[in-house]
Amino acid sequence: MTAPVAISLSVNGERVEAHVLPRLNLADFLREHLKLTGTHLGCEHGVCGACTVRVGGEIVRSCLMLAVQANDTVVETIEGLSDSGEIADLQAAFRDRNALQCGFCTPGMLMAAQDLLREKRMPARDEIREHLSGNYCRCTGYQAIIDAVETTAQMRMELKV
Amino acid sequence: MKASAFAYARATSVANALELLAVHGEKARVLSGGQSLIPAMNLRLVAPEVIVDIGGLAELRGIVIEGETLVIGALTRHADLLKSSDIVKCAPLLAAAVAHIAHPAIRNRGTIGGSLAQADPASELPACMLTLGASIVVRGPGGERRIAAEEFFRGIYETQLAPQDLLVAVELPVADSGSAHFFQEFARRHGDYAITGLAAQAVLEGDRFAALRLGYFAVGDRPVLAEAAGKLTGVTVTPALLAEASDALSDELDPHEDQQATPAMRRHLARILLTRCMASLLKRPDLQIGGVA
Repeated sequence: MTAPVAISLSVNGERVEAHVLPRLNLADFLREHLKLTGTHLGCEHGVCGACTVRVGGEIVRSCLMLAVQANDTVVETIEGLSDSGEIADLQAAFRDRNALQCGFCTPGMLMAAQDLLREKRMPARDEIREHLSGNYCRCTGYQAIIDAVETTAQMRMELKV
Repeated sequence: MKASAFAYARATSVANALELLAVHGEKARVLSGGQSLIPAMNLRLVAPEVIVDIGGLAELRGIVIEGETLVIGALTRHADLLKSSDIVKCAPLLAAAVAHIAHPAIRNRGTIGGSLAQADPASELPACMLTLGASIVVRGPGGERRIAAEEFFRGIYETQLAPQDLLVAVELPVADSGSAHFFQEFARRHGDYAITGLAAQAVLEGDRFAALRLGYFAVGDRPVLAEAAGKLTGVTVTPALLAEASDALSDELDPHEDQQATPAMRRHLARILLTRCMASLLKRPDLQIGGVA
């Protein structure tokens, strides 16, 4: 049973079939098997949030999910959200507000922020802070990130998108 | 770090999961949402030889009201508890507590059964189970049995579960319409494990408690139902009585020391939570003025 297990899943709209060892986590599968290196691995025990991806439309920690558990699911990574243009405005706001420096946490931040903005059109700053509380950033001090998410929410309200 | 190698079996039914556990015994661990087990495996704190994945068993998922009992399937996720109107109506304490469990991405995977079976003394749900007088429903080789929450938790990561057992559900009495609850915890960052926390449920009769249960967590090797609650039941709570109950609480708790807090600090925080809890449940802000803690 330690042998590779067959899995089939959708990643950013494409069907992926693979054989993976049970111990392989979803983040390493995305990065090393599919070369989708936008998903970052920081702490590998669920604390830092850099590996946040969407599974079945909901954000999860890809370091705390085995690739075999992703069988039959729909996975979306930062590459998917970026290429589709879904978060182009959020990314622009991060740039404008200096909401990133080294960029290591940014994919996870964007995933978590977009998750909040899909749930709530105009979140209060406290709600933004709480929703991003599981994502560490060691460069910005967070204020600029909160600003960028707030700005994006306001712009989407004005544009009614 | 990465988890060490293990064999993987995807259970096809509860019966199949029990068969797999009967065969592999102590070498196996059950995987539900994996939000406690996988970090422990990545940190190499545990290295099971076999993982029995019950994540696909729809029969273990869901919230049902059966008469006066609320039944929550083991695979019900924290995110499901947070969104459920049945939980808000029948166990509002749980709804309040779940918002403090980790972060959204973790609440989307973590399950109630996984949290209870893990029995981390700093986690919220075990204490809530004590406060609410829950029964833990377990299936094993000898059939199904119910274990009172007060008996279930035995120590750090230790429960009454045997290696061949599977936690399948929890049963809670539906909260009285006249009951009130209080939930608060101290943590360095929202969503982190608590330094000290309190999950309380009460039934009020006028300005007195007809019933009061105080479930403390992160104050020892398992959640504690504080006996000091007895001093505050059936009488008018005065600042002097609250001070006496707080002293009794300090005496009965036996908190641990770790990098987050000393036993003295945990006792202090437990007293503060008791004061806040009384002021909130009795709607008596005067109890907090001057602070007995």
